[in-house]
Amino acid sequence: MQNIPKEKFTIVGIDQGAEVIARPHVSYMKDVWRRFRKNKLAIVALIMLILLSFFVIFGPSISGYAFEEVDPGARNASPSAEHWFGTDSLGRDLFARVWQGGRVSLIIGFLGAIVSAVVGCLYGGISAYFGGRVDTIMMRILEIVISIPYLIIVILFSIVLQSKGLFTLILAMTITGWCGTARLVRGQMLQLKSQEYVLAAQALGVSPLRIIVRHMIPNTLSVIIVNITFAIPNYIFSEAFLSYIGLGVQSPNTSWGALASSAQAQFMFYPFQLFFPAIMIAVTMLAFTMMGDGLRDALDPRLRK
Amino acid sequence: MSEYMVEVKNLCKYFPAGRKRTLKAVDNVSFYIRPGETLGLVGESGCGKTTCGRTLLKLYDQTSGQILFKGQEISHLRGKQLLSFKKNAQMIFQDPYSALDPRMTIAEIIAEGMGVHMHYSEKEKQEKVNQLLAQVNLTEDYANRFVHELSGGQRQRIGIARALAVNPEFIVCDEPISALDVSIQAQIVNLLINLQRENHLTYLFISHDLSMVRHISDRVGIMYLGSLVELGASQDIFSSALHPYTKALISAIPEADPDSEKSRQRIPLEGEVPSPIDPPSGCKFRPRCAYATDRCAQEPPVLEEAAPGHFVACHYWRDLQH
Repeated sequence: MQNIPKEKFTIVGIDQGAEVIARPHVSYMKDVWRRFRKNKLAIVALIMLILLSFFVIFGPSISGYAFEEVDPGARNASPSAEHWFGTDSLGRDLFARVWQGGRVSLIIGFLGAIVSAVVGCLYGGISAYFGGRVDTIMMRILEIVISIPYLIIVILFSIVLQSKGLFTLILAMTITGWCGTARLVRGQMLQLKSQEYVLAAQALGVSPLRIIVRHMIPNTLSVIIVNITFAIPNYIFSEAFLSYIGLGVQSPNTSWGALASSAQAQFMFYPFQLFFPAIMIAVTMLAFTMMGDGLRDALDPRLRK
Repeated sequence: MSEYMVEVKNLCKYFPAGRKRTLKAVDNVSFYIRPGETLGLVGESGCGKTTCGRTLLKLYDQTSGQILFKGQEISHLRGKQLLSFKKNAQMIFQDPYSALDPRMTIAEIIAEGMGVHMHYSEKEKQEKVNQLLAQVNLTEDYANRFVHELSGGQRQRIGIARALAVNPEFIVCDEPISALDVSIQAQIVNLLINLQRENHLTYLFISHDLSMVRHISDRVGIMYLGSLVELGASQDIFSSALHPYTKALISAIPEADPDSEKSRQRIPLEGEVPSPIDPPSGCKFRPRCAYATDRCAQEPPVLEEAAPGHFVACHYWRDLQH
């Protein structure tokens, strides 16, 4: 080993390019979009939702009829060139009514999901960050709230507030709806709290609020977004159910649930009246669930294929 | 001004462990670190090294005892004084994968401390980040990258840059190399040594790798089950260890030379480390010690100065010197 002559060695130097990252810089959101795009079902769901929102926004004005306009000459009309989705028992244009109802349903879905996400994040975040006794008390309160059936709360609210408006409905549904999100966020944040980068921020003297805003929330955001997309169809369905049993939106205003409810009475004779709102509920729920699935996979780098 | 950068007196840190039981993670530990020096802290997993380091930085509140930083007791620091302490004492973490926020760019991670302690403009901040990246041998290209694009060694260098960003005087290195490849370990340790020279840093270097500790430390402390068993200058510890536990640890270091590796005499240790919730009475090392007597079970040994600057906690260190 020692007998190799010196001239057999040459200095090759250091390759300066060895430590350059070959992959071009991709921002987080771009990366998410790249992964989301690969999921065909999620893209189909996204297109369906874009179409739905388009019709919900512009639909009522396309048909040329106002949703509360009564036409006694065309009651229970079948779908035709005049009335695209037909009319109901009072002669109101169903095309306009379905999209008007869609507005109400989607507003309830979005508002409900957002309110419960915000309340849930705050509650869960505070509970997890302070921990100990605060956490125990807050979680016991949550368990009590979660154990009350929301149907009772809705009935109580409509009696106490003497109204069955949109606002009452959202309030009654979100008053128990945030509990699931709060639990989810708490679990996530407890996990994050022990991460060393949170400790590093504490060692640097970063304030608790800044730690929550800069580190904890961004790192739970993907879970929260996915939770919102799954909560929206739940709220839409709950509203449909409440309207169906007569606790929801009142006439002349309408929602998909209310439309289905009034169509059910004459289902034997005019099945198309039930068909349209029912298919809207089904399509919306399906689209949100499929998109939520896609988002969950896209937002989580650990699931990267 | 005190002559020591950090002085720890009878530090205890207990954690509650279920019903009326406590886990004594750090139990009556005393040592000091002089400015510009590196104190290595060695011990098995779970012996309280990390807890000790974190308590020093006030990430945990001590149960009892004193921690003096530049002569000042840190336990009642509040507001501005606390911030200035946090600026002067920083930490490098063990796991480079969880120590960096995956949602932040490298520039944001490094600049985080500057946002708290320095009042830089955006441009100054950017310059400082580039300067720090150069200090840890990375190029400016990394500034806008995310953590998942980096390797373990590169991440650890980002962790070092983040600690250096606030110009600290004292850094606790909590096993900074144990999660890295052997080839990268030397890079990081040499980087730490160079940075110490350039910036006059004081280190508490926590590790379980004795050969690395020998390479970087001026003085070494050996911990066992929450207590210091031996403390002294690096060459004293490695050439003339006094405590039976230290002797066993040193005998376990493999030798690079195959001939001396063959003749190496190992002192095997019997048994497992006892639980720190229910430690043995007297000397904690007693159940695993070949020389234990009744006295060891009754009286816990205290650190005594065996030679100038060389402390040992054993009743029989005199008899064990061959």
